Amino acid sequence: MRLEKRPERSAAMALASPFIALALTIVTAAIIFALRGNNPLAALYVYFIEPLTALWSVEQLLVKASPLILIGAGLSVCYRANVWNIGAEGQLTAGAILAGAVPVFFPAWQSPLVLLVMVALGVLGGMMWAAIPAFLRNRFSANEILTSLMLVYVVQLLLDYLVRGPWRDPQGFNFPKSVTFEGWQLLPYLTSGIHLGVLIAFIVALVLGYVVSRTLKGYEITVTGLSTRAARFSGFSEKRTVMFCMLLSGGLAGLAGAFEISSVVGQLQPQISPGYGFAAIIVAFLGRLNPVGVIFAGLLLALSYIGGEAVQTALQIPDKITRVIQGILLFYILACDTLITYRIVSPASRAAAAAGA
Amino acid sequence: MTEASATPLLEARNIVKVFGALRANDDVNLTIMPGEIHAFLGENGAGKSTLVKMIYGALQPTSGQFFWKGRHVIPASPSVARHLGIGMVFQHFSLFDSLTVAENIALAMPGPHDIAALSDRISKVSASYGLPISPTAIVGDLSVGERQRIEIIRCLLQEPQLLIMDEPTSVLTPQEADQLFVVLKRLASEGCSVLYISHRLEEVKALCDTATILRHGKVVAHVDPRKETAASLARLMVGGDIHAIKPRVSAARGGEATPRLELRHLSLPADGAFGVALKDVSLSVAAGEVVAIAGVAGNGQGEFFDAVSGERPVAADMMLLDGVALGQASITARRKAGAAFVPEERLGHGAVPTMTLSLNMILSRHAVDPALVSAGVLKPEGARVAAERIIKTFDVRKGKPDPEARALSGGNLQKYVVGRELELKPKLLVINQPTWGVDAGAAAAIRQALIDLAVSGSAVLVISQDLDEIFEIADRIAVISRGQLSEARPAQEMTREEIGLLMAGAHEDRKGAAHHAA
Repeated sequence: MRLEKRPERSAAMALASPFIALALTIVTAAIIFALRGNNPLAALYVYFIEPLTALWSVEQLLVKASPLILIGAGLSVCYRANVWNIGAEGQLTAGAILAGAVPVFFPAWQSPLVLLVMVALGVLGGMMWAAIPAFLRNRFSANEILTSLMLVYVVQLLLDYLVRGPWRDPQGFNFPKSVTFEGWQLLPYLTSGIHLGVLIAFIVALVLGYVVSRTLKGYEITVTGLSTRAARFSGFSEKRTVMFCMLLSGGLAGLAGAFEISSVVGQLQPQISPGYGFAAIIVAFLGRLNPVGVIFAGLLLALSYIGGEAVQTALQIPDKITRVIQGILLFYILACDTLITYRIVSPASRAAAAAGA
Repeated sequence: MTEASATPLLEARNIVKVFGALRANDDVNLTIMPGEIHAFLGENGAGKSTLVKMIYGALQPTSGQFFWKGRHVIPASPSVARHLGIGMVFQHFSLFDSLTVAENIALAMPGPHDIAALSDRISKVSASYGLPISPTAIVGDLSVGERQRIEIIRCLLQEPQLLIMDEPTSVLTPQEADQLFVVLKRLASEGCSVLYISHRLEEVKALCDTATILRHGKVVAHVDPRKETAASLARLMVGGDIHAIKPRVSAARGGEATPRLELRHLSLPADGAFGVALKDVSLSVAAGEVVAIAGVAGNGQGEFFDAVSGERPVAADMMLLDGVALGQASITARRKAGAAFVPEERLGHGAVPTMTLSLNMILSRHAVDPALVSAGVLKPEGARVAAERIIKTFDVRKGKPDPEARALSGGNLQKYVVGRELELKPKLLVINQPTWGVDAGAAAAIRQALIDLAVSGSAVLVISQDLDEIFEIADRIAVISRGQLSEARPAQEMTREEIGLLMAGAHEDRKGAAHHAA
């Protein structure tokens, strides 16, 4: 059995692919629930539908989706250029550390400027952490998939050290946590459940959508991803694009990190993200590497987090189910995308074709 | 036919091969007798390679049958074909640069091999057929002609009864081609048939016993090429007279005029172990003239194009446009200064395969055409209009209104890519292999457009392997070999033989000697 390139890609199937992948994921999830002895339809309802029936959980959905959208939009631009930043989780953490340093070192400083400085430092932290793999790729042709991924664990250990050691809250009863943030160290809320970061995430995705489809910069990124030789002919530098994409996606991941610690988390602690940086990879692909598509994909992935918590509470299914379902979803998207470009040819059918000729 | 009663070695009956909507082979019949050199003629895209790949087992026919010595056979894979006694030398070689000749040949032979014994056999075959090659040489160090010898020897070691040669002379100097003809005639006299694919009519007339001519996937004639003229063969191939290039109005071109493009001692190190370094290349091209650079593929043409276009920058004073040193300038800056470029590879270099034609419009024009991009924002409508204009002016044939570049045939995409640059009326046009893989009609149109551009006052620098093309359009000719360029001389003063000697490197030593003297 082998894969053979199709003469033409179907545009309709390319659009349908995420929906097919979603349908297959739901079927697979139902099978998993059934194997555990749960009623699959009831479990699916609790997982995918119930969270959408109450206002507070819809607000929670938007809050969970916002880091996914921010990071996913940056990654979709990155992946368009064939730059494979897998380390957004680390860039998020680096952004959170730098942003969190402000309340840690100046706990009494209260002014709108605090928030601005935290956000700026968050972006800077993510950019710095992403610049390392970009530099290594441009200078030494080091594979950014490996370097960016490894740097995730480096910065997570750094955060762990900080909150257990020098940055630990002196009044925190020895818990590995920093001081809790307050006042202008936290994002303002638009409604009871939705903070300013949610709005910014949606705006960022829309702006990036425009940049990608309508500007010369977006054209440069797309051409570089499709053909480096043609990009060079066009006068675009691959190295410059690599650096740009890494800084953009790293900066947005850092921004998401700053938003997380200044809203839902409210302090620095060993765990500040339930894997948003990795889940955003799925978001980018599910959104067809289009920042606007990423908005919808981010909402869906956020649902997978909330649904996971819901089935844990309601049906005592371990919340690891969230990761399982996210993984299955990514697998099906990639499989569908592959089968749009290629078709499976078995040796038997080839032989039959030859004999029939 | 030599003996009417003899069984044909290979017979293809009613072969049909369909790719999607295209009938690449439509009811093709072909008969090859033992010991004959059979020419298979046709334009690019006529379906020659498709049939040959089916004979060699690399493709399966949609319908039709093959008979080998009168017996029905199904060449289901190349190994089946090789087992029957069919050998093939492809146009593009499949050799590993970093391995030796013997190692490369061993890789293609079934089963384990004793390299020493194999080297012995290689030496014997190479000596007996006059194909000199050392089994221990590293392939990366060899010329294209020598690499072709490896492929031929690889086939001969399997003692084939039918040898298929796919456009073998397109990569050879005239002298190397003559040597190849001697080998092929010798093989034929020993009873090995040769299926010789070409679109070079003169060599077919000189070499082949019979010819099958294919047009749009159909056999249009079986002829004896020795009884035909080149013109009559061309008519059969193209299905009409090829539009002749208008004779040039010889514009007055004084040597005193300042050159539009000047290359001064341009040098560029090799890009990687098997790239070609450019050594001390000097050339000037005046406004209103066409200068052609001849040479066998792989002698530094690509590197030369990269250096002149700015894809690989060189020292500032190595490249001057209208007297301004631009060697360090980017390709975008050179375009802004009035230059335009057409690379050899259309798909993936001159155009992005999966982008639409209108988006590909922006590729080379984003800095020079405000109708396409302004203030960093794309203008899709402007791009669409510009693409439509090129499509109309240059008669680009396509299916959908704005298809992806890869959906176009080679010739039509080339017309589009050339048209995109020509329309800007550049002060300097540098074009690499302008009609490579383009059918005769489109090739004539492109050549005419190049001449018209020069007549209108632009400098045109053409890099080409096609000597016919060069003589048709060039005012002056220089030859590149191993990264060194011969002095450009007026085309009327040069003969094919001289160019052939230069292609083989006749000027290299002279230059070296001059350096020693200096």
